[in-house]
Amino acid sequence: MWIDRVIELEPRERMVAIKNVTLAEDHLHDHFAATDSRPAQAVMPASLIIEGMAQTAGVLVGHAEDFREKVILAKVSDASLDEDAAPGTTLRYTAEIVQMDEKGASTHGTVEIFDHAKAHEGYRKIGTIDLMFAHIDRNRAGIEFPEHNFVFGDQFKDLLRASGIEPPA
Amino acid sequence: MTHDEVFDKVRDVLVEALAVDEDEVSPTATLTADLGAESIDFLDIVFKLEQSFGFKIEQGELFPDNVAQDPELVENGHVTEKGMQMLKERLPHADFSALEDNPDISKVGEIFTVDALVNFVERKLSA
Repeated sequence: MWIDRVIELEPRERMVAIKNVTLAEDHLHDHFAATDSRPAQAVMPASLIIEGMAQTAGVLVGHAEDFREKVILAKVSDASLDEDAAPGTTLRYTAEIVQMDEKGASTHGTVEIFDHAKAHEGYRKIGTIDLMFAHIDRNRAGIEFPEHNFVFGDQFKDLLRASGIEPPA
Repeated sequence: MTHDEVFDKVRDVLVEALAVDEDEVSPTATLTADLGAESIDFLDIVFKLEQSFGFKIEQGELFPDNVAQDPELVENGHVTEKGMQMLKERLPHADFSALEDNPDISKVGEIFTVDALVNFVERKLSA
């Protein structure tokens, strides 16, 4: 999972989740490892920040229809991040539904950072991520998918439960 | 809204949805072959047209659903006569000239030109 906790949910409108960036995550040791010419510089990969936003927005979109739809990320419409997230910071993802219907949804997301060493500064915006989701059972290609909702699996259910949100049955 | 105003708004939608340059969006450009649209972009285009023009587009209204899976409509990789008739009835805004010359199923995407979208929007606005 690339979010730690859901902290706000306004159904069908917006959801806010946080992610603590920590050196306990193995991948940070390779991103970026030391070389002969420079020391190690651990930063959260931008692709995983996008994944964190996709999970935040995906839960928001799935929750809107009581997790009946299989919501998959269809397109990263736009992503812009102006600053790295180092270990010891907290990322806050705010996802808002721009448009939603039976076919899918588009969302607008804001990424903010909280540096615990500069707590007085509070959260600062570092970027935006706009995404599009499709309801795959309503796909145009007529491909059939399993009946159970494999998108929102056990990890999602545990996260939602821990965040005080009723998970899918 | 004039034809040029509709075209300008459709062009803006395509520039944003497909990350193409304004000058690539000519009236005769096809969404797939010329502008590089992939299947998921069609949903994006539908959403953006709805937002831009303030109307609702039903599923299958602008782009067809499940044509390739229906054996009555597609046979041996070609759109059948019945399929062509059905597509023309359901998609009066599209340009069928290229598909009629070569009814290969892979050419179905080419019925969606920029002009076809403009035509679709104008029909919706005048309905």
